[in-house]
Amino acid sequence: MVARAVLQAPDITRALTRIAHEIVEQSKGADDLVLLGIPTRGVVLARRLHAILAEIAPGAAEVGALDVTMYRDDLSRQPTRAPAPTQIPAAGIDGRTVVLVDDVLYSGRTIRAALDALSDLGRPTAVRLAVLVDRGHRELPIRADFVGKNLPSSTSERINVHLTEIDERDEVTIE
Amino acid sequence: MRHLLSTADLAREEAIVLLDTAEDMADVADREVKKLPTLRGRTVVNLFFEDSTRTRVSFEVAAKRLSADVINFAAKGSSVSKGESLKDTAQTLAAMGADAVVIRHSASGAAQVLAGSGWIDAAVVNAGDGTHEHPTQALLDAFTIRRRLHGAGSRGRDLDGVTVTIVGDVLHSRVARSNLWLLTALGASVRFVAPATLLPIGIGAWPVETLHDLDVAIDDAPDVLMMLRIQTERMHAAFFPNEREYAREWGLDDARLGRLPATTMVMHPGPMNRGLEISSAAADSAASTVLEQVANGVSIRMSVLYHLLAATGEAS
Amino acid sequence: MTHRDGAAGVTRVAGATLPDGRTADLWVEGGRFVEAPAGGTADRVIDAAGLLALPGLVDLHTHLREPGFEQSETVLTGSMAAAAGGFTAVFAMANTMPVADTAGVVEQVQSLGERHGYATVRPIGAVTVGLAGERLAEIGAMASSRAQVRVFSDDGMCVHDPLLMRRALEYVATFDGVVAQHAQEPRLTVGAQMNEGELSARLGLAGWPAVAEESIIARDVLLAEHVGARLHVCHLSTAGSVEVVRWAKARGIRVTAEATPHHLLLTEDLVAGYDPRFKVNPPLRRDEDVHALRAGLADGTIDIVATDHAPHPTEAKECAWAEAANGMVGLESALPVVQAALVDTGLLGWADIARVLSTTPAAIGRLAGYDRPLAAGSPANLVLVDPTSVSEFTRDRLHGRSVNSPYLGRELPGRVVHVLHGGVPTVADGELRPADEVAAAATGRR
Repeated sequence: MVARAVLQAPDITRALTRIAHEIVEQSKGADDLVLLGIPTRGVVLARRLHAILAEIAPGAAEVGALDVTMYRDDLSRQPTRAPAPTQIPAAGIDGRTVVLVDDVLYSGRTIRAALDALSDLGRPTAVRLAVLVDRGHRELPIRADFVGKNLPSSTSERINVHLTEIDERDEVTIE
Repeated sequence: MRHLLSTADLAREEAIVLLDTAEDMADVADREVKKLPTLRGRTVVNLFFEDSTRTRVSFEVAAKRLSADVINFAAKGSSVSKGESLKDTAQTLAAMGADAVVIRHSASGAAQVLAGSGWIDAAVVNAGDGTHEHPTQALLDAFTIRRRLHGAGSRGRDLDGVTVTIVGDVLHSRVARSNLWLLTALGASVRFVAPATLLPIGIGAWPVETLHDLDVAIDDAPDVLMMLRIQTERMHAAFFPNEREYAREWGLDDARLGRLPATTMVMHPGPMNRGLEISSAAADSAASTVLEQVANGVSIRMSVLYHLLAATGEAS
Repeated sequence: MTHRDGAAGVTRVAGATLPDGRTADLWVEGGRFVEAPAGGTADRVIDAAGLLALPGLVDLHTHLREPGFEQSETVLTGSMAAAAGGFTAVFAMANTMPVADTAGVVEQVQSLGERHGYATVRPIGAVTVGLAGERLAEIGAMASSRAQVRVFSDDGMCVHDPLLMRRALEYVATFDGVVAQHAQEPRLTVGAQMNEGELSARLGLAGWPAVAEESIIARDVLLAEHVGARLHVCHLSTAGSVEVVRWAKARGIRVTAEATPHHLLLTEDLVAGYDPRFKVNPPLRRDEDVHALRAGLADGTIDIVATDHAPHPTEAKECAWAEAANGMVGLESALPVVQAALVDTGLLGWADIARVLSTTPAAIGRLAGYDRPLAAGSPANLVLVDPTSVSEFTRDRLHGRSVNSPYLGRELPGRVVHVLHGGVPTVADGELRPADEVAAAATGRR
């Protein structure tokens, strides 16, 4: 099957900008926000969101990474992989609003693992979820608070997210 | 990775993955909730035919931090007494549903015999077999060296160009063997220092330089000086005349410690004979990594258990 | 002599290939080879077309384990294994329980062999009481007993005390006997597990250095020279040992030496998996040693092949290496291994094999009836072998009580088809004859 681009670079930038504004609006400011990207591309997106937030609502938003490999429930069905680093800002997550950031929301299992990981790290006031693409087919009752684009897809299709920092271009394709 | 039996057959890339995962495991130790749910529902059995509270506890803590269930099985029986046979014990464990067996035994090759026997289906971790290998010790030693050298930037790095001098009873040391293979695979260069009686014959082709003079080795300012424990019983089999001479010739005393650059790490797998192979001052100095080695042991063993048990498929 | 057995009458072995390459018929009557009878009729014919005829094999070094270790082997099961391997005589080592250090024990072992009938069992007497290496055993009594012992050995243990070895050589010579020495300096091999070298260092197994064998042989040949006695060296395993024996023979010292089939084929590399099937004393050595032993057999420095058949129960081999017993069974695999190592490599011909596996061991052990192999008048000890057969050596090829063979799963050449022991068939068409039949024929012979 041939890959078809559904989001190009400008679309991605616009989506992230909109998400940043939505986050600010819902949280009534950027104070006490911790953006935690889920490796690998979630971390890239979290950093971009953080940069945008710094411009539109200067405040105390912080950014980090949350690796969830150790909390997955489907480890035995996948090849063993080395976890990526988890970097929580020094002030921690207690009493703050955590915004989990990932590239694609699909079954929801990654986010469930992220919630378990967060509960071992502290007690945030609230946890929100921002994703670039929501492709449906949830297996758990998880939903995103902020969505870049809804992409209904069939389970036989593959959605690939490419980001310049890793893949040398910004593009989301479906094949 | 199906079993961890030796470092001799651990590739450089596999070793780095194990070290990198241990970095994350080390972070868990600093959190309030020092647990990960990764191995929940799995059973790890510590099968120790030789007494060793330290190593056994280290594996136990590692397994529990990954939420695994731990069974401690202290089997009596040396290599000369029949006692409980390896086969019978292994089959009992299989009946108990062990997912991993951590085995320490006084006979070289015992871990390999267990892994290849078909008596159990579990993953086997060699926690020390006779004078053959002690792979998790070497891994935690490499991890300690890497962390001391590169700190938070250790991930993904090897030990290229690092000079390591191992001093003591190499002939009877599984720690020396495991370290030689692993450190060399990671790019370090290794030297052995010992009296000729405590160096194995036939290692001319091994990737290691051998010396008998500790002072010469120290004046070469190695990055790492690893002291091995000397067993005083060796004196009765004429490996060296007495403890006094051993300490004088091959002990890290205060004078030798003073001649080491401040950057040289002093390592010891433990337990230490203070005043014999290592002086108290050396053991307690800033250069000594002895306590870190113990802490790092838990992280490394968590990493090993994760990689052996988390997936039933092959490592990617 | 009367015979109430399946060997009654005249047997014709038709069209066998003799060791010198000629094809001929062999005739057997009354338990001996005979000239072809006038008229040429036989009561039974063994079709030996394509089969090699060798004199019945003689093993100078076997462990039959009875009395005392019957869980591993008995005289019956051991002699069945011997027959299956083409052996018509075995010398049984003395490390039984009780040790064969008195006339009583050796006569018992002898009787058992006679009763069962599969092979002639010649007991070996211990050199020292209880194999303890302290006092001489009753060598004279054993020599004059019904067992007529001529070979004395503490095998399993080394007679390491030089004074005791000197005395033993002298005393045994009094009875036309020979001391068979297990050459292993105990002080250099405390806790030894495998050949000392790079591999033992890598595997963390205590080493058994070659010098521990060579130094004892060097001492013993000089002692034998000094007191003018015969010396036999058991299971030579190193290149250095071959050189010492070669030197000694050049000086005219009356020393004979044996090598085992496993030391002619297997090397220490097999130990790397810690599989105790490969654990043996003396240990498997290097490739250079295997080749030196083969060359030693080819040039006569090593006089014979002897199996050192050492049965052990399963639990003694299904454990960690250091806990496992030393030894391999070897009677059934001896001829195939020797064929693979020496004949198929062009180093020895079949006539040489007859010499190293039959005539010479019998001569060293002073066993009568093997000095004129296959000749009319000699006892009919014969093995017919198919040298062209190649097959996997499997458990069903083992007929003793133990199965600790290093060759299981390995392809080996040659197959024993028929064996006659004093004219009595012990193996026919590749199968052992039943014990009651062989015993009945043995009774008839006595």
